[in-house]
Amino acid sequence: MADISIRKITKSYGKTAVVHGVDLEMAHGEFIVILGPSGCGKSTLLRMIAGLEAIDTGQIAIGGRVVNDIEPRDRGCAMVFQNYALYPHMSVAENIGYSLKVAGRPRAERAERVAAVAKIVGLGDFLDRRPGQLSGGQRQRVAMARAMIKEPQVFLFDEPLSNLDAKLRVQMRLEIRRLHQRLGGTSVFVTHDQIEAMTLADRLVVMNAGRIEQVGAPREVYRRPATLFVAGFIGSPAMNVMTARIVGPGQAVLESGATVRFNPGLAAVTGATVALGIRPEEVEALAEPTADSTTIPIEFIEELGAGHLAHGTFEGNDFVVALPASVEAPTDRCLTVRLPPAAVHLFDPASGRRIGEAAPAAVQAAALVEA
Amino acid sequence: MVERTPILNILTHAILLIGLVMLLLPLWIVFVASTHDFRTVNTVPMPLWPGTHMVENYIATWNQSDFGPKMLNSLIMAVGVTVGKITIAALSAYSIVYFRYRFRMVFFWLIFITLMLPLEVRIVPTYAVAANALRPYQEIINLTGLSIVLPEWRLLNSYAGLILPLIATATGTFLYRQFFLTVPEELLEAAKMDGTGPLRFFWDILLPLSKTNMAALATIMFVYAWNQYLWPLLVITDPNYGTAVMQLQRIVPGPNFGEPPRWHTAMAGTLMVMLPPLLVVIFMQRWFVRGLISQDK
Amino acid sequence: MSGKRVTFNQRWLAGLLILPQLLLIFTFFYWPTGEALFWAFTLEPPFGGEMQWVGWQNFTTVFEDPLFWNSVRRSIVFGVASTAIAMGIGLLLALFVDRQLPGYKGFRFVYFWPYAVAAPAVGLAFRFIFAPDAGFVSAINQWFPNLWNPALDGVDAMILIILANAWSMVAYNFIFFLAGLQSIPRSLIEAGAMDGSGVLRRMRDIQLPLMAPTVFFLIVINITDSFVNAFGIVDITTGGGPARATDLMVFKIFADGFKGKDYSLAAAQSIVLMLLVCALTFVQFRYVERRIHYT
Repeated sequence: MADISIRKITKSYGKTAVVHGVDLEMAHGEFIVILGPSGCGKSTLLRMIAGLEAIDTGQIAIGGRVVNDIEPRDRGCAMVFQNYALYPHMSVAENIGYSLKVAGRPRAERAERVAAVAKIVGLGDFLDRRPGQLSGGQRQRVAMARAMIKEPQVFLFDEPLSNLDAKLRVQMRLEIRRLHQRLGGTSVFVTHDQIEAMTLADRLVVMNAGRIEQVGAPREVYRRPATLFVAGFIGSPAMNVMTARIVGPGQAVLESGATVRFNPGLAAVTGATVALGIRPEEVEALAEPTADSTTIPIEFIEELGAGHLAHGTFEGNDFVVALPASVEAPTDRCLTVRLPPAAVHLFDPASGRRIGEAAPAAVQAAALVEA
Repeated sequence: MVERTPILNILTHAILLIGLVMLLLPLWIVFVASTHDFRTVNTVPMPLWPGTHMVENYIATWNQSDFGPKMLNSLIMAVGVTVGKITIAALSAYSIVYFRYRFRMVFFWLIFITLMLPLEVRIVPTYAVAANALRPYQEIINLTGLSIVLPEWRLLNSYAGLILPLIATATGTFLYRQFFLTVPEELLEAAKMDGTGPLRFFWDILLPLSKTNMAALATIMFVYAWNQYLWPLLVITDPNYGTAVMQLQRIVPGPNFGEPPRWHTAMAGTLMVMLPPLLVVIFMQRWFVRGLISQDK
Repeated sequence: MSGKRVTFNQRWLAGLLILPQLLLIFTFFYWPTGEALFWAFTLEPPFGGEMQWVGWQNFTTVFEDPLFWNSVRRSIVFGVASTAIAMGIGLLLALFVDRQLPGYKGFRFVYFWPYAVAAPAVGLAFRFIFAPDAGFVSAINQWFPNLWNPALDGVDAMILIILANAWSMVAYNFIFFLAGLQSIPRSLIEAGAMDGSGVLRRMRDIQLPLMAPTVFFLIVINITDSFVNAFGIVDITTGGGPARATDLMVFKIFADGFKGKDYSLAAAQSIVLMLLVCALTFVQFRYVERRIHYT
């Protein structure tokens, strides 16, 4: 059983704190993706699981065993590095089989296992080549084969797809997911690409500035972002955010004086200033104005093929509306829109936290941490 | 990395300390020897802690070997060679990297080949040229049948003789070339669009960028020039132009003498000669390591 | 060789910029080397007059001279021994400094100092330390009389100059080995650790093989430098003795040419020496090109 338990982990380099008290529980067999911008501490966290970075405070347990002081090789983890870290002077076969060689396995056994693993990743014909003679995608597969052959409990991936071109990335995503399903075990995948994160994860961990912002299934994180940061980070194009003031249950007023309605069940305090958000794809575009619609000016349209993005302003705020292909792009530089109250999110501008339902039916998945 | 290797760590530190002792011990011994008097320094083994005669030894050596002017000559030569080498290296590398002409690679290889044969390996013929530096040109002119007579230019017993033959530098040209190749193309493109000419570009943009590089090179070349021994011995016979390092030969009586050498003053002299390049290295060391490593592959 | 895709057009300027160095290497390298070649094949008659062409005579004189072969043997022993010692120690120190245990920066700083010391100064210091009647090593003579005497024993004298040269070269090798080690991406080391490879094993399996190019490069530099340093060290310590035990090639050329005034002989020996060094460099470049560059 290789569940991973991370409790109150902190890490600093000199005086700079990089990870501020992270708690996370991962069940055996899960595919966890840690997502965040550069410098948020996600790679550091991964490396602490691997044993490549020492832990300042807190503890990490793998399969129930505390591994803080255990060397990388004894933790039962295998890692695929961002730059693959293949040994340039060894052949593909030697690269893959190196861990077995160090463990003292006999040559016949090594050859057999290397061949088997190479077959799975489709490198059977390349065993005698050197990494320098391989393409990016092939090198990636060697890196994965090298990790697989150890039959680890835990697979760690440190942004392995970021050096590949877009098409290859999509292909490799599928292969990684397939591999995970085939091998069982727990996978922890670090990336800054939200599309990768959304498509691969069983559960998503969003990190920012050394802290976990939200943990949850991709769908959950998308529909109910726990903080302003998550709201802006997940979803492309980003959520539209405007400043507003609460004037009554389900009613908020923008700076321009226009009213926006939202779900009255949310625990918004009358008189409070909030950050009000709505996703571009949830804005309704109307052919005819209605009682609660607004006509907004459009500056320019981005054509996506499968739809269009209309960029304009809503009551003085920058605003983007995502229109499906079936809706024609407005030619007269204005668009009639309606903001469905159910799709409006509210956040406390000071803390960035989501303003949720008043009743204690909070639907937040695992740990949301505050240092 | 989490790695528990206490024994190996102790061994590592032990070896590094032994290395330290091995490398510093001779320097320490030279220093200590220069602080004892004649009798103590000749006892075997010599005590390893400093004595009390440092100042008198240094004064004695300084006067006896006339170190003052010698150190000055060394300084002039070292600075001259350093400045010369850096200038020549920068100019040559600039020509090879930033211009395209037919003989470019030919010239590069011509310069590069000189790396293979350091001065010590070709002293005899180089000395002959030093006796009259214009002779090669005279001979060429003679071959062409023209009857121009060039004046003689004796390089012996002069600063020019100490400096000029040492200025050509394949190493420096190489290192500067490596550096120029790492300068982004866009810099030159932007400069050209601003209407910058080649000389301006060199002076205003390339040279300031190469400061670290230059400092590293300057250190190596200063040490190299100051420590020159064979060449000065050949070209200088007039004691007025003698260098400090040359003096070392005079400090120790040759193997034929019956009397034990006056090691205390000899070591004092050695220390004085060693000190300037050592100080330059220590002072520039931050720059040096950075410069050399960024050159690497 | 890669080049800039954007260049300047003023070719006359390019010529002007490179002219000083070209003049210098012509005057002080190519012309003298050509002349040496010429002299090696000629002889100056004892009573003055034009130089006579004597073909290979100078060379046969050189090759038939047992003293010449003695100096060749001595130079090879000197070069190989001091290179092996200096590179071995330099590599060891570099490997351990590269581990970056606390305090490594201090070691790195100090290990470089011996480079700054001039060859004759090194020679003088070592001559003192190893003197038969002063210094330190001769303390051994108090228990085993006459065990150590570089003034009388040729082997002792060789040991003395080999150690002196090796000491000088360790610093240089250390710096290059360290640079080579630090150019190996850390992720390779980490991958090795995750594969179960310990510190020493990683040195053997990962770091050393990737250092092969540096090793080849340094071998040639070390050997060439042993020729360069030889003179300074030998002149100050042993003067070529005892009984020519340390009569290295450069020293002998100097003695023959400038003390003995036999320029033709010195020129011939110079040519042989230059060919030797050239051959070494060629071997290095051809061999290195075949083996390096895995990346």
